[in-house]
Parts: sequence; structure tokens; C-alpha cells
Amino acid sequence: MSAVTLTINDRLVTAAAGETVLAAARAAGIDVPTLCYVDGLSAHGGCRLCLVEVGAGGRLQPACFMPVAEGMVVRTDTDRLAEYRRMIVELLFAEGNHVCSVCVANGNCELQDAAAATGMDHERFEYTYPKRAVDASHDRFGIDHNRCVLCTRCVRACDELEGAHTWDVAGRGAGAKVVTDLNQPWGESPTCTSCGKCFMACPTGAIFRKGSTVAETDHGRDRLQFLVAAREKKQWIV
Amino acid sequence: MDRLKLATVWLGGCSGCHMSFLDLDEWLIDLAAVADVVFTPVMDVKEYPAGVDAVLVEGAVANEDNLEMILKVRERSKVLIAFGDCAVTGNVTALRNPLGSALPVLERGYLELADDTPQIPNEPGIIPRLLDRVVPLHKVVDVDVYMPGCPPPADRIRRVLEQVLAGQPPHLEGADLKFGSGR
Repeated sequence: MSAVTLTINDRLVTAAAGETVLAAARAAGIDVPTLCYVDGLSAHGGCRLCLVEVGAGGRLQPACFMPVAEGMVVRTDTDRLAEYRRMIVELLFAEGNHVCSVCVANGNCELQDAAAATGMDHERFEYTYPKRAVDASHDRFGIDHNRCVLCTRCVRACDELEGAHTWDVAGRGAGAKVVTDLNQPWGESPTCTSCGKCFMACPTGAIFRKGSTVAETDHGRDRLQFLVAAREKKQWIV
Repeated sequence: MDRLKLATVWLGGCSGCHMSFLDLDEWLIDLAAVADVVFTPVMDVKEYPAGVDAVLVEGAVANEDNLEMILKVRERSKVLIAFGDCAVTGNVTALRNPLGSALPVLERGYLELADDTPQIPNEPGIIPRLLDRVVPLHKVVDVDVYMPGCPPPADRIRRVLEQVLAGQPPHLEGADLKFGSGR
């Protein structure tokens, strides 16, 4: 595979052709925030938190999808990007009903972390307070749609790692939601294997394990990485 | 420098932020050496005074009393600090907002879930009327500093007050901006 050289934040970085800007930046130790991206799953490009500026005009591109190119000039750290990232997190908070203090994922939540990391000290947009449901029909897990940010990590983990494709997205725009099978109660799903990978993948408290308190909630997100490494590299490294 | 005129106000919140303020422990003694607490729910002061240098406002704006109070507080205070998640986001106090307006909330709480003598409380002049929508402070008045946390840990409160005492515009970042409980 041929190598290309690009510039990220004034640093020359070498990457394999076909790699994404996100992979190249992270390999070089340059942090790019993400929410919907999970190593080992296909990219989704939905959250836009990984936006970077490309070229002289600073065109905005999602780093998780943008392929590297020879001579490409990328910035990940401008004031404009910082402001957009904070706005993105604020929009996510305004769109759902995210109440960290009474959430089972408090302290284990990538949205909560993203708010602090992007400097979101308050919400500048109008909260929409949508009416959303909770499905607790499954024996071991539940989903609270109030806390869902539609990152589709559960959908991709279920499809690509477990091979069950129980989860998918129904509806459009602000009315979109994740559903199990044909939008039926999760507990009645004939395809769900109860493996829990959707829970591991969920960045927030939307998918939760029944009977776990806040202190007991550990998504075990590293177990997804373990499975990916085992499958793709045949490395069973704990 | 003159002694700092400090106030704390309790709107639609659970008083947990005030408990966290008391969790400043012995630093409260240091604070008392340089500041006067001129208004707070833990003292028997009836009227919010004029000329307050800094005020910690706990809770969201949930009823007509809260609304009247926050307007008065803003007018009479220099640095207004949104104190905790309810003041900053609405938080638990705003959990009722998806129900739409005040009436369905009252019906749910006092009629549908009542075990005995279901009735909606109605004592004009005594029980303030609920606003249709619970709002964080900055939807009603200008807020100078946002201090998230449910409650904000004592050291976070201390960091803000130390900056106020030093005459700086308070600024929080990183882990000090975390919503919810813990750090």
C-alpha cells in the first residue's frame, strides 16, 4: 500500500493511502473528538463532532469519512471548529431529554464528557422536550429514547459484530428513532440474541442494563474492541 | 477592599447545592473573614438587599415567585452565578416540561396519582402558581457565570468564589463543567 504525506496542524504526517484523516490524526497522536465513531465498526458520519478544516479555504469535512491525500492540509484545532463542536453538543442536548443527574450513565457517558470537553457551560438553544418512550420489555436490557442521540452505534454493532441486525432506524429528521426489528417491543424481538453489544456500544444511557445502578453501570466498551481485534486480527488479547 | 456582599438564593431546586455550599467546611471560616452573607435561605432575612456583589442562585425558574425573585436578584446584584444544574439547564425541576404545561402536571400529581381526597391545591397569595414551562435562569435574566453540577462539588464552588474575591470574572473549564453528579 502506498504512503501519502499530509499536514495536520502544521505537522507532517504520513499515512497509508485510503486511510481516513481521523485514523491518520489519531495515529500521529492528534486528538479529534468523536461520538458516533467506534473503532472496528463502519463509519457513520452522523454526529459531525470530528469535523476538521481541509485546504486553504478551511472546508469542513468529517474526519471519519475524509480519505487522506498527498499534500492535503488539515486543521483540527481552530476556534471555529471549537465553536461548531460546542454547538453540535448543545444541539444534541436540546433535541432530546438529557438529564445527567438522574441518568443511569452519569459518569459513564460520552455525551456528558463531550459537553465538558467542548466547554458547554450552558445550553444556548431552546430545549425541545420531545415526548419519547421507554421500552423495558426485554428481560435484561431497556432503551430510553429520551437519551438517544441517534449515533447508530447500536445498529452497527448489532449488524456488523453480532450479525443479528435487530436494530435499525425508523422515521426521519427529529422524528427518527432506533427500533428493534419491525418497530416492535424489544422483548418480543425474534432476532435479538441478548448479547448486549448494543449496550456496550451505546455512548449514553439510552440503552441500559436492567438492575444496574449508576455506580454499577459499566458499558464495557473495551469489550467491543476486544471482539473486533479477535475477529479481524485473530488476536485474542484481553 | 470592602467586605464582599455575598448572597445565596433558592429557587426551584432541592437545596442540594446549598448542602454542597455547606460542604466547604472550614473554608467557610476563611470566607466569613472576607465576606458578609447578606441574604440566604439559611438566615431569616425577608427582603433581598440592594448592592449585592455576588449571588449564587440555586434552582430553575418554575413558578411565579421564582420569576419575581430572579428579576429582583438580577437588578440588585453585580455577579449572578447560576448555581448547579437546575439553574443552568432546568435539570430535575424541568423533567415535567415534556408533559406540556402546568395543568397536566398538576393533574398527574394531585388527581391521577392521589390516594386520598384528590384536589389541585389552590391558595392564591400563598401557593405560587406554576409556570407552564420550567426554564433555566439565562432564559429570564443575564447570567454572568454558569456553575454546572448536581450538586457542584464544594471545590468547584470554592474555585468560583475565590475568583470573585480576587475581583476576576470567574471562569470554569474542563472537568469543572461536568453536568450531573460526581466529577
